[in-house]
Amino acid sequence: MQRIGVFVCWCGSNIAGTVDVRAVAEALSREPGVVFSCDYQYMCSKTGQDMIKDAVREHKLTGIVVCSCSPRMHEQTFRKTAAAAGLNPYMVEIANIREQCSWVHKDMIVGTEKAIILGRAAVAKVNLNSPLTPGESPVTKRALVIGGGIAGIQTALDIADAGFKVDIVEKKPTIGGKMAQLDKTFPTLDCAACILTPKMVDAAQHENIRIFSYSEVEEVRGFVGNFDVKIKKKARYVNEDICTGCGACVDKCPMKKVPNEFNLGMDMRRAIYIPFAQAVPKVATIDPSACNMLKNGKCGVCQKVCTAGAIDYTQKDEYIDEKYGAIVVATGYDPISLEKFDEYAYNQSKDVITSLEFERLTNAAGPTAGKLLRPSDGRHPEKIVFVQCVGSRCASCAEKGKEYCSKICCMYTAKHAMLTRDKYPDTEVYVFYIDVRTPGKSFDEFYRRAVEEYGVKYIKGTVGKVVPEGDKLLVQAADLLTNTQMHIDADLVVLAAAIEPDKSARSLATMLTASMDTNDFFTEAHPKLRPVESPTAGVFLSGACQGPKDIPETVSQAGAAASKVIGLLAKDKLIGNPCVASSNELMCNGCSSCERVCPYGAITYENKEFRMPDRTVKVRRVARVNPAVCQGCGCCTVTCPSGAMDLRGFENSQIMAEVDAICK
Amino acid sequence: MNNQALKKEILRMSGTDPMKCMACGKCTATCPAFDEMEYHPHQFVSMIKNANIAPLIRSESVYKCLTCFACAERCPRGVEPAKLIEAVRLVAIRPQGKNRMTAGDIAEKLDDDMPQQAIVAAFRKYTK
Amino acid sequence: MQVKEYKPLIVAFCCNWCSYAGADLAGNNRANYPAEVKIIRVPCSCRVNPTFILRAFQKGADGVIICGCHPGDCHYTSGNYYTRRRMAMLFSMLDFLGIERERTRVEWISAAEGAKFSATMNEFANTVAALGENKRLEDLRCKK
Repeated sequence: MQRIGVFVCWCGSNIAGTVDVRAVAEALSREPGVVFSCDYQYMCSKTGQDMIKDAVREHKLTGIVVCSCSPRMHEQTFRKTAAAAGLNPYMVEIANIREQCSWVHKDMIVGTEKAIILGRAAVAKVNLNSPLTPGESPVTKRALVIGGGIAGIQTALDIADAGFKVDIVEKKPTIGGKMAQLDKTFPTLDCAACILTPKMVDAAQHENIRIFSYSEVEEVRGFVGNFDVKIKKKARYVNEDICTGCGACVDKCPMKKVPNEFNLGMDMRRAIYIPFAQAVPKVATIDPSACNMLKNGKCGVCQKVCTAGAIDYTQKDEYIDEKYGAIVVATGYDPISLEKFDEYAYNQSKDVITSLEFERLTNAAGPTAGKLLRPSDGRHPEKIVFVQCVGSRCASCAEKGKEYCSKICCMYTAKHAMLTRDKYPDTEVYVFYIDVRTPGKSFDEFYRRAVEEYGVKYIKGTVGKVVPEGDKLLVQAADLLTNTQMHIDADLVVLAAAIEPDKSARSLATMLTASMDTNDFFTEAHPKLRPVESPTAGVFLSGACQGPKDIPETVSQAGAAASKVIGLLAKDKLIGNPCVASSNELMCNGCSSCERVCPYGAITYENKEFRMPDRTVKVRRVARVNPAVCQGCGCCTVTCPSGAMDLRGFENSQIMAEVDAICK
Repeated sequence: MNNQALKKEILRMSGTDPMKCMACGKCTATCPAFDEMEYHPHQFVSMIKNANIAPLIRSESVYKCLTCFACAERCPRGVEPAKLIEAVRLVAIRPQGKNRMTAGDIAEKLDDDMPQQAIVAAFRKYTK
Repeated sequence: MQVKEYKPLIVAFCCNWCSYAGADLAGNNRANYPAEVKIIRVPCSCRVNPTFILRAFQKGADGVIICGCHPGDCHYTSGNYYTRRRMAMLFSMLDFLGIERERTRVEWISAAEGAKFSATMNEFANTVAALGENKRLEDLRCKK
């Protein structure tokens, strides 16, 4: 039996004006377990708190009920008071008789009656309270960043600058991501390489950063502060530590016909390659699907020409196990496949290209050395048609496109159109748009400049079809403002393809038990207030893996994610919320229902030995809640068919007692 | 019937929702009968949305539409203007109580270049 | 003899993050609602076990309302979706047992919707009052 003290607060006249506090204290003193009750003008004041402390000592109280304002206001205050008096802070319950009683009722009799009932419910609950101690877990002071694009690089740099170790895992042979493929960046038009490559070098040279390029995350176990991650370092058949990146092997490799994925297949690379001149790490990689030596043992030229002796045809995939305190997902995006958009003839003509391909065509390091030439015949295009929203905002065609707006296309199309008109003023440039969306600093001014100063022809409407005829592309489109149908014989058609999350994100989310939306973007813990955290504790989101983003936004989100990681790693230990679910192993039937509804992946199953009455040992499958991961929503408690799962602090019996007290 | 009642009837018959339209104009951009039509597919959508039905019923456009369904196929929002046009045509032709064309009229309209499908579609279009 | 005016007894389960805060805001704004409404705080609307509701009716409650965050705004991401589905089941079963649908309700009330909280409670209390006392599930053994 508990020894409960009841403390009724007047809150000046806020409560005492509508509730007869004396009567409440008097009525509650007769409740089971109550050994002391009193009232005071301001319970939260120092005098009030001292009253509570004295009463705890004097009457050997084991539980406290404070009838006062909302627990959202002063629950913490009174818990601290209890702790100061040597009581477990979770033995305190608040009856909310201000916000939910005196302030909403006018009649003294009614108010008093309700206050007594609310107090009674709190007393009934405290009678069943048990002391709770928050769990503690250590924090591994190392962060993992998955993805080495601008988002991953920026996050890693910020964490590393704060003095914590960071590892970047990048599946491609070099970090840099999509931004490394871009030519210039809106709205300032500085060249992407000029602002990105110094950051790549910074990351490579930072003493706190390790880069695992050409690697993938294989397995993630553990929880916030204590993740165990297995990383697969794919064999690149070149010893990274020895290779100097001189490129002699690349020059001599006889296998010259491998589509160059960095230039989106618009030119060829060798079987041994360095993706681009500023690659980090700048080491060669052998493509095992193209290398003759690896396929049938006939060649070995690169090994002969390598003066450093870095080529190793026998290299195997390597696995690295490492512990991390926090994981940042920065897996980024990809343009969608345009295979299914027959109307734009993407498959039929080489001169129908995506915007990312256009980006490579205008890039000085691209396949045409920066000259805008048609991929089919290398001629300079005179009429270019840009089509926006290809696959974006496509609600009816889930198999073709995406329902959401890809956000970045309006701006990069304006950039492409402007740069084309700037470099080649003789070109006619049409942009077909549905809406031009330019919310961002200096974005709309940029778009207006493309129209007003560079004479880009923006047309409200969409392209209906593109038909290749001879060396021209016949474009049929609607101009909705003049209500006409247009027929343009274009030389080049550029499609602003929708962007989607990287394909690897889904399996990664499963590994991390991080949730995703229907489009495979990672969901944030709260769309407004916690935008860089995943609902899974210890997992953070950076960049376009969370939603379409441009570079400025990505970088700011990367910094935000880094600051969250730093906040976590700066702690020596994590103190959990003690109000978490716990399973009664004797009642658990191992059905997995709770595991399925848990939004945090806090519940796992394990086989546990039980000693039976007849002295035999039986192994049963039972649920185990990880208190460091559980957030205490209680969804599992209701799902559990055997009633084994309960939520500490809000136990079934406690809520039931409250119901009983109210319905008496 | 007044315009609102007509709109309701057209929406019921077509089974589509013009509110989904985002005014991209892809229907009109795709339309092969554009030059023949007074009101174009996107105008059908927006006029029906605004319950401005009377001009559409009076217009020849409802008969000029080939019902090729290119607009319905291409529409990224699933509005399917062809179905709306078809519904307007039915609303226009049914109260007249007679077919716009009889089977006997067909022979003189035939020419060798006309695909079979177009004849069938046209016959369907000109009868109730 | 004075006839005592019938007042329904209503149990409201409010999630800690949205609806309980909404109720607090109703208090801050002095937005009155009937005193028959008694609030029980739960961490999330998905913590509300159907047995709590059955128990309330057994003990003589006339109406039960569950308030949670708006869909998509759940503090625990998906809790209120579970509530919505569970309660849809439970309420139709209660309906079968003779507890009218109007006596049970799920409402989404955010922390900013103090006015909505009091309006909902006023309206719900009136609805329940119109139905009269609930005797179907009431367990006489529970009466003192």
